Amino acid sequence: MPELVLAAEAESNPFLPAIYDITWSLVVLLVVMVFFVRFAIPRFRQILDDRAEAIEGNIAKADDAQRKAEAALEQYTAQLAEARVEAGQIREQARADGQRILAELREQATAEANRVTATAKAQIEAERQAAVLSLRSEVGSLAIDLASGVIGESLNDDARASAMVERFLADIEATENTAPSAGKN
Amino acid sequence: MSNAAYLLIPMESEGEFHAPGIGEFLGLPALFFADTPFEINRIILVRLLAIALMLFLFWFALRKPTRVPGRNQSIAELALGFVQVQIADQILGKDLGRRYLPLLAGLFFGILAMNITGVVPFMNISGTSIIAMPLVLGLVAYVVFIYAGIKALGPGKFFKNSLFPAGVPWPIYILLAPIEFINIFIVRPLSLALRLLLNMMVGHLLLVLCFSATNFFFFTAGGWVGLFGVGTLAFGFIFTFVEFAVYILQAYIFTLLTAVYVQQAVAEEH
Repeated sequence: MPELVLAAEAESNPFLPAIYDITWSLVVLLVVMVFFVRFAIPRFRQILDDRAEAIEGNIAKADDAQRKAEAALEQYTAQLAEARVEAGQIREQARADGQRILAELREQATAEANRVTATAKAQIEAERQAAVLSLRSEVGSLAIDLASGVIGESLNDDARASAMVERFLADIEATENTAPSAGKN
Repeated sequence: MSNAAYLLIPMESEGEFHAPGIGEFLGLPALFFADTPFEINRIILVRLLAIALMLFLFWFALRKPTRVPGRNQSIAELALGFVQVQIADQILGKDLGRRYLPLLAGLFFGILAMNITGVVPFMNISGTSIIAMPLVLGLVAYVVFIYAGIKALGPGKFFKNSLFPAGVPWPIYILLAPIEFINIFIVRPLSLALRLLLNMMVGHLLLVLCFSATNFFFFTAGGWVGLFGVGTLAFGFIFTFVEFAVYILQAYIFTLLTAVYVQQAVAEEH
């Protein structure tokens, strides 16, 4: 029975593969390789790539944000400097304006004062003229009164003459004294 | 049948200790599809379950990848990262490592899953402990490194580099070329397959020996002889850890050597 012996040989020899053993080895190998080639390793790489990308993306994003912040800071600084310059200009302008207004006011005041002074001077002059005129007419009439008085009395009597002059002067003084008070009233 | 083979046949007699033998691996009763090319026995079933579980775990961990990984995704990434960094990139460099990473990862995790069942309770045998699986895996490595060499250098240069390494005076080639031929094109795939197969078989036999001896001492022998059972149980315990390390190591060695063979095949000069 050679077949039986052969079968027994195969059954007891661990280095001769049985058909079904080969079948299932190939099936297992195929399944495992397909799984690792088509699924496990691509997925594994996809995960790693995605992670690397995410990290790089975050770094790029952070860089971008930093750049933006720096740009904004620069802009604000420039704006601030500009605003400062503008404020300075406005202050200068205000100071200049103030000085100009002050000078104008002073000028106006001086002009007003001059005008008032001139008016006052003119008035004084006019009053003086009027006084001179009235004085002159009064002095004329007084002179006539005095002359008539002198003529009415004896012109020989020196004592009388001098007394009359005295009286006359006193009259004048009296008139002088009453006149201002009358003028005041 | 030789005496050695006779010793490996399990003895059926009751009451005596029978050492585990080749029957652990061969002539197992069929569970499904008996006497067809798709016959499934215990080891095949364990192999299929191990692979299914491994693929499911990877699928589950990577099904919805997130930028900030969860616990499962982290573990899957760590595992794949180990093959990528420690094997593919380190041996093959960035470019080649990238191309051969799927293959190397498939080899590593496939072998690891099928090995590890040797210490999984109720499975207790490695899916790689019968010849076809290691042989097919060895064949894959063989085809891949020859393919890589021919693709990188062209067939002429590849075989010349392999059989006539540079820097040797020409008469030596009379001796060297046949040795290199046997080494590269015959020994390499076979050594990959046999190293894996024998490690798995011997590991399993060791564990079975320890535990069946414990069983024998405790329940069959009885009396003061039963105390030996404590020692054999301790050995079984220790060897379980040793085997666990061996299973990982063998998966690593197989994958690493495949990468090394690919690297040597594509190298311009040896």
